[in-house]
Order: sequence, then structure tokens, then C-alpha cells
Amino acid sequence: MVSLLDIIGPVMVGPSSSHTAGACRLGLLGRGLVSGTPQVALLELHGSFARTGEGHGTDKALVAGLLGFKPDDERIRTALEIADQEGLQYKFEKTTLADSAHPNTVRMTLERGDIKSTLMGSSLGAGRVLVTEIDGYPVEVSGNFHTITLVAEDRKGSIARITGILAEHDINIATLRLTRKQRGGDAFMVIECDESPGAGVRDELRVLDWVRWARLLDRVSGGGN
Amino acid sequence: MAGATSVYRALGDAIRDAETSGKTLSQVALELEAEDQGRTVEDIRTVLGRALVVMRGAIGDGMTGDLRSASGLVGGDAAKLRTGARGPLSDTPFRDVLARALAVQEVNAAMGVIVAAPTAGGAGVLPAVLTGLGKAKGLTDEKLVDALATAGLIGAVIAERASLSGAEGGCQAETGAGAGMAAGAATEMLGGTPTQAGHAVALTMQGMLGLVCDPLGGLVELPCVFRNATGAAIALAGIEMALAGITFAIPVDEVIDVMGEIGREMDVRYRETAGGGLAATPTGRKLAKERLYQIRRS
Repeated sequence: MVSLLDIIGPVMVGPSSSHTAGACRLGLLGRGLVSGTPQVALLELHGSFARTGEGHGTDKALVAGLLGFKPDDERIRTALEIADQEGLQYKFEKTTLADSAHPNTVRMTLERGDIKSTLMGSSLGAGRVLVTEIDGYPVEVSGNFHTITLVAEDRKGSIARITGILAEHDINIATLRLTRKQRGGDAFMVIECDESPGAGVRDELRVLDWVRWARLLDRVSGGGN
Repeated sequence: MAGATSVYRALGDAIRDAETSGKTLSQVALELEAEDQGRTVEDIRTVLGRALVVMRGAIGDGMTGDLRSASGLVGGDAAKLRTGARGPLSDTPFRDVLARALAVQEVNAAMGVIVAAPTAGGAGVLPAVLTGLGKAKGLTDEKLVDALATAGLIGAVIAERASLSGAEGGCQAETGAGAGMAAGAATEMLGGTPTQAGHAVALTMQGMLGLVCDPLGGLVELPCVFRNATGAAIALAGIEMALAGITFAIPVDEVIDVMGEIGREMDVRYRETAGGGLAATPTGRKLAKERLYQIRRS
């Protein structure tokens, strides 16, 4: 549903809410996926992102998001130079994804230290975004909530343990989605929370021996931010 | 669990609730938003107040005339309305509103900071109409913040029933929606009833039905900058008619629905793809080719 504050906003650097602000938010979610500024980023642009991205600063906005800048940060204009200074090696490529892909879609392959991760996401208009794939798993992450993504062994009681940890920290779950590629294989979990779980909860999840990795994607939209 | 949103699906319902409880649309909107977000009305007003500051900042930046867009196709025209030769409406708020709309869009095209309300491409209409009329009538910021809440409510209904995306619904969904939001909000801000505000939205949006999204090279520059000025002009027409007591026979929600329907039927060439309309004219194609080359080199 649409909030009044989503309509009167976001405050953003122009020129396009979908090509600039939305792109920046997708970059921010990518940053969350590797828990900080990546050292290497391959950004594959599809559809209108590829066609009109340069004139709309989509390239600058995506990189700005990876650097942790929000859509209203005027440093977006010089994000490519700042990336050079901060040791973020970025590369843009034009690609053609499936016909079903939204016209404004990017696939990011990000590396930071030992972490290498891929994220595919689209900018839906008016600054709203949707992440549709993480590391090959189909997901739906809107960025309207604080989102935990984790991969765990597919075992009984895992959800109870995880939701228990969140409850102990007084974190309310807005949505929870579990997918797996096969029975007994790894399970991929996306948990959207009303409150920010913070690094503490993330680290508590990480130490569970059946959790392969857990990452925190901070909220990037909704509620007038 | 996740907040079950209760935003109005019909503007008619919000108008009826406001009229029967003796409230304004802005009060209804603020109370609803506060409840839905689990925040106070004051808190929501603070966020809207910050948006108003950014809107005024963009207007101020755009009036100077020294901004150019990435392609160099637009910029400097808001200043011409300030310093250029006088026209028949120079002594009314009309000319100032046009200048404000151009100013915001020129800032947007130059990667300056704006409020996307409802979108970046249609961001000039609402601040131009509200701050322009607010200044002419000496209204307080409090009144303008109320008007932003009303505009948000109208925009939320348009998003639910139709679309706010040029790629989905053409320019009628961006500057058309922005004009409808501005007209309804300003009508109430200037003392109109919720019912009159509804007619202002309908009277404005009927005048923008079918408007295509045809930007040169797909960039939010030309004609977007000028569409915001003409959109603001149509909003002013809607406000003037509604405050005079003129009503529109088709209910506002049906006007919004038909905007969505026309958008869905619109050929993809006319939905932000630069495949039709002004973008596909001989000069449109030539300019886009030259200017995009320039962007790549810079």
C-alpha cells in the first residue's frame, strides 16, 4: 500500500526517481549484501537502465549507493570520482536479461574481502525498488523494511530458533519468506523487520553453526526517508 | 505484523468522511498516515515541513538561470520569466507559478536536490502551485504543510487506482497526477471545501487525459521541464473553476480510473521509451543523438 510520505518524497538528487533515486537505493541494498563498500563491482544494466542510464546518472547513482550515499546526497554527482579514491573498482556492462525482466533492472556482482554476492533488482518508478534475486535465489525485497537475508542448512526448527532470537531482541517480523533449491539443500531466508535488528542480532545469527551466512540490508525507503 | 494500511482507495470516500466529520482533507490524511505509520501527526508534519524547505530551495536555485542539464538541452528559462518582457498575465500569480515550475525542473535536470512529488519528472507542478499561491495570498507555512498532506492523499489514491509512472501511464500519470494533486490541495488551502477540492482534481485531470510521455532521448529534460509549467497552468484553471463553484459531472475517482485505463491502452512508444511523440520528430531524434554523444564524452 502507498503511504502519503512516499508520494511527497523522496527528497532526491535529480533527474529521475526511477533512474536516479531508485538506482541509488538498489546500490544501498547491494552494499548491505556485502556488509560495506565493495572492492569490486560489476554492474550489468538491462533495458531502459542501459539505454538512458548515462543521461539520468544511473551509473553515478548505483555507485553512490554502493558507497553508502542516500538518494538526497549531492555527492551522487561525483560518485564515480569518489569511488576511484575509495578503491571501489566498478565496471558497467549492457546486458539483455529475460523478456520478463522489468525495463529498469540491474544485476550486480559484488566482492568485498571473502564475500562475493550477486543481486538482481529493479526500479519500479517513483523511487520504489524491488530486489528479485540474491545469489541465484528468487526473492522479493522492497527495501521498505530492515531485511535480514541468510542461508542456512535445511533443518527442522531453524525458523523457530531464528524467530526466537528476533523476539528476544524485541524485533517484530513484517514478512518471512523461505525458499530452497532442493530438500535437504540450503535454505534461503528473507526476513523483513519493522525495527532495525542491528549488527548484534546479525552476529548472533552468524554464530549458529548451521547458518552459512547472514547479512543485513538496512531500510532504504518508506516512512519519509 | 506488517501494518495493515488503510489508505483510501477512493478519493470520494475521503471527501465524504471529511464532510461528515467536519474535517478538512488534510486532517483526514494526517490522522490516517499517523495511525498507519505508528507516528504522531506532528511527526508527519515535520517530515512534510522538511519537504517544503527542499521545494523552496529548489525554486530558489532554479530561478538564478545559470543551471544547465547534462545534455545542455534545458536550463535558464525560469529566469526569463522573471526578467524577460512582460505578458498579459504578468500582474497575476500565474507568471510566478510558471517560473517556479520551470525552476524546480531545471534544478532536477541538472542533478540538483528536489522532492519527487509524485515523481522527479513531475516534481515542478506541486511546489510551484502551492508556494506560488501561498506567497500571493500570504499564507503561513502551516497551511502549506497541510496542503502537502492533502496532495499526498490524492497522489496515494491515484497510485492505487491508476499509476504514477510515465513508463506505465504516460505523462498524464506524472505531470497530470501532479497537477491533480496540486489543484485539490491548493483549493482546500485557499478555503475550498473537501467537495470543491475533489472537483478541482477532476477538472484538472480531465484536461490532461491522454498526455503522452515522449522525452527526447528518454531524458527527463525536454519536454518535461515545460510540461511541468503547462501542467501547473491547467491546475490553476482547475482551482479557479472549482473555487467559483463549478462542478465536474464525472466523479473524481472515475476520472482517475480512466486515466489509468488510457495509460494501459497507450502504445509503448508513448510511455517514456522515446519511440514516439516529440522524441521521434526529426529534430527530436537529431538533438537526442547529438546530446547523448556529448554526455558520453563528458
